[in-house]
Amino acid sequence: MDASSTFPAAAGHHDPHAPAGEHEHHELGFWRKYIFSTDHKVIGIQYGLCGLVFLFFGFSLMMIMRWQLAYPGQALPLLGKWLPYFFGANSMPDGKMTPEFYNSLGAMHGTIMIFLGVVPVAFAAFGNFVVPLQIGAPDMTFPKVNAASFWAFAVGGVIMLTSFFVPGGAAKSGWTSYVPLAAIADKGQGFHPIFNGQSLWLIGFIFLITSSLLGAVNFITTIIQLRAKGLTWMRLPFFVWAQFVTAFLLLLAFPPLEAAIVMQLMDRTAATSFFLPAGMIVNGTPVHISGGGSPLLWQHLFWFLGHPEVYVLILPAFGIVAEILANNSRKPLWGYKSLVFSVLVIGFLSFVVWAHHMWLTGMGSTVSAFFQTTTLLISIPSVIILSAFFISLWGGSIRFNVPMLWVTAFLPMFGIGGLTGIPLAFNSADLYLHDTYYVIAHFHYIVAPGTIFGLFAGIYYWFPKATGRTMNEFWGKVHFWPSLICMNVIFLPMFLQGMLGMHRRWYDGGQGWTLAGEHIWGLTGFQWNTPISWAAWVMGVAQIPFIINFFWSIKHGKKVNDNPWEATTLEWTAPSPPPHGNFVTTPIAYRGPYEYSLPGRDKDFTMQNEPVEPAERSRRATVEPVLVH
Amino acid sequence: MEIPYTISTRPDTGLWNAKIGIWLFLASEVMLFGGLFSAYVFLRLDAQPGEWPHGLLNVPVGTMNTAILIMSSVTVVLAWAALKMRRYRAYWWYMLATIMCGVIFLFVKLYYEWPQKFEHYGVFIKPSALEKYERYLGNTRRTEKGMEPRIEISGHLHNPEALKDANVKEYEIGLDPVYVEPNNPANDRPHFLYVPPTDHIAKIEKEDVERIDSFGPWHSAYFASYFTITGLHGAHVLAGVLVFIYMWLPVSKKLYQRNPEHLANRVEVSGLFWHFVDLVWIFVFPLFYLL
Repeated sequence: MDASSTFPAAAGHHDPHAPAGEHEHHELGFWRKYIFSTDHKVIGIQYGLCGLVFLFFGFSLMMIMRWQLAYPGQALPLLGKWLPYFFGANSMPDGKMTPEFYNSLGAMHGTIMIFLGVVPVAFAAFGNFVVPLQIGAPDMTFPKVNAASFWAFAVGGVIMLTSFFVPGGAAKSGWTSYVPLAAIADKGQGFHPIFNGQSLWLIGFIFLITSSLLGAVNFITTIIQLRAKGLTWMRLPFFVWAQFVTAFLLLLAFPPLEAAIVMQLMDRTAATSFFLPAGMIVNGTPVHISGGGSPLLWQHLFWFLGHPEVYVLILPAFGIVAEILANNSRKPLWGYKSLVFSVLVIGFLSFVVWAHHMWLTGMGSTVSAFFQTTTLLISIPSVIILSAFFISLWGGSIRFNVPMLWVTAFLPMFGIGGLTGIPLAFNSADLYLHDTYYVIAHFHYIVAPGTIFGLFAGIYYWFPKATGRTMNEFWGKVHFWPSLICMNVIFLPMFLQGMLGMHRRWYDGGQGWTLAGEHIWGLTGFQWNTPISWAAWVMGVAQIPFIINFFWSIKHGKKVNDNPWEATTLEWTAPSPPPHGNFVTTPIAYRGPYEYSLPGRDKDFTMQNEPVEPAERSRRATVEPVLVH
Repeated sequence: MEIPYTISTRPDTGLWNAKIGIWLFLASEVMLFGGLFSAYVFLRLDAQPGEWPHGLLNVPVGTMNTAILIMSSVTVVLAWAALKMRRYRAYWWYMLATIMCGVIFLFVKLYYEWPQKFEHYGVFIKPSALEKYERYLGNTRRTEKGMEPRIEISGHLHNPEALKDANVKEYEIGLDPVYVEPNNPANDRPHFLYVPPTDHIAKIEKEDVERIDSFGPWHSAYFASYFTITGLHGAHVLAGVLVFIYMWLPVSKKLYQRNPEHLANRVEVSGLFWHFVDLVWIFVFPLFYLL
């Protein structure tokens, strides 16, 4: 079968005989082209821009919190006067933060960063924009479902943001919304039965889960059905594999949380007590309890999502890192097959480790032993992946451009995050470290200088594909170096604070707590909050070059050809920016994704759509018998 | 631009897109209802003796609804087969039958089963006062027989004003037959046929009552799960009915005339969803009505 019959109309816009009435023949209006688009690239960019805005917003919430931690009870200068107009009079009267507002900021920081920031950018934005291009597809399999996914996300995001402005403010029971606290929060006098922080958090989540369900179905189907001719499973770029597994995690892990969210909503609105234990007393009055409720049930259902979610955050970043690493070390990715199998094993194991978030609940030693074992098992594939990345650098002629800088920073940062997780996997060590700043430092090393650095790398790397121009190299470095330094100033001391026993949810940053008064490196645990906070604010400033660079480069960046990084995968065979339908000629893959520095070639990269010549075939046949049909 | 394999199959996978899509979606749905059913198991195992009610639902009506859903699963397959044989009229009738089954199911649920529950009240007796109501509860015999104690007296509330008015000192309950003859061995197990509350009125003093609740979601973990799961299931039935109505309307006839295989694929995909909804009910029915 030839290429044109594989994809009947993929190259339709170049075909003068294409049936009339096809999209290509009339320009879509502004609204259909940029707002209510069904094109995977536009949806990807929509997701990306919204996600980046949410990331900065979520980070800003934390920057406000950091003031309270470093200078508890003091009025926030300048901004403090204006925030009450925005968040309501009870948020920061006279610029001083109330405990309720602090709790809201903490809960919403976590929720926004994970579900409205990182997942939309890492999975939805990069996945939407890059995956169809990398597999040589004209679009996603279900373009309308794809648009529905984005709009469900947008509605969920708006509901989450709106919750800041209802009486009582946004949800304040932590991003985990543990019951019974969450089930009784924002209830009673002064709160609307539905339009209150916690209920809106739950309702917003239903939309976000719908969005990721639609996205996940679409991604998996696309990867299975729309791979270009010759693009067999083991020729897929690692990024596609990572997104494939991520989609499965979202598909299967989110629904139990949706079930739990429906139940918590029932508890809050229909007087059920799924999660409320018998005999509970709130503010001195017994609550209506129908008996048999279990707070532990929420934790099980929540972490059944919660742990796969961690891998939803990191796997796309792994994928991005793999692409950029191979491209800039000018070497094939080391151990491609072991990477693929590792990511699959991670996918499976991530469903059976959730209870390691619940060591302190008294589940019993048998249950703990099981989850301790699976948790340690899952570190094996993670270590294989990271090791393969490090080995990939070995002997490469590395190009240190901006994407590569982020990637090289990713490797040790993720390493720190991963290794510091091992003590938490043992319930004996976790008994002490649980809910301290140590945990904060651990998982932020994975998602902040880990995932988010991977996302920045990806943005700098694929920007030319989306716009036809590169982002500015110098300002990219101005963005990178302060971010790297600040990340470490922020999170490294938190390990020490945590080991002193500082609790993660202290409203006063540990000011009144004796152990926080012990000295580390000349500062007490409490005093370390000050340099940490300043580093956070500097890091906020360090994002300004990125924001300016990003928008400036869309119009004024250096114009480049379709393959500026001299990469091998199929997305670089499409025009930049790719038109509706993506490819000028339907691509056919003849080889694996990372054929860099192939011997006997005049250039150091061989793209996947370059046919294997007879000479090469006979040369490779000895080492690689099943190369090409 | 056209997406490949929307109607024809991809040679190496042997599938068209939507078929993969629906199976993935159903996998996700399995996890959703799986989460709810595991919550059911978790709560039921955790329940204190006597806390998990039995035999409160109308089994014959539930059986009828089960039969209706199974029937609709058959008719939707016949509708699909008719399309495959390009017999649109037969398709139209089978689809109508499927839609009617779905509508009847929802009607029975919303207008008969659910409202009946809200008029029924359960009075939970304080542990210290259980002895006082021994003639309704029959706990002596139950303890001897090793059965779970009864801690609740249920039936029709004859003086609803007692719920609000503090001056009314007792609840008047038109007893369910179980509490009229608590020691009758016939009442040890739930009845298959529905037996309405009797005219036998029991007066229960308010100070002996731990709480009184109608058979709504707030009554017990059992009813909470029942209303949540059947509610969500009902929403799925409604969604399926709406999709079928769309495929039954003239708008789909146009698609049929243009590309009958496309409509057949759509019916196949939504039929798969319908079978799943049916399957969920096959779990709901024994878990809530029978066990």
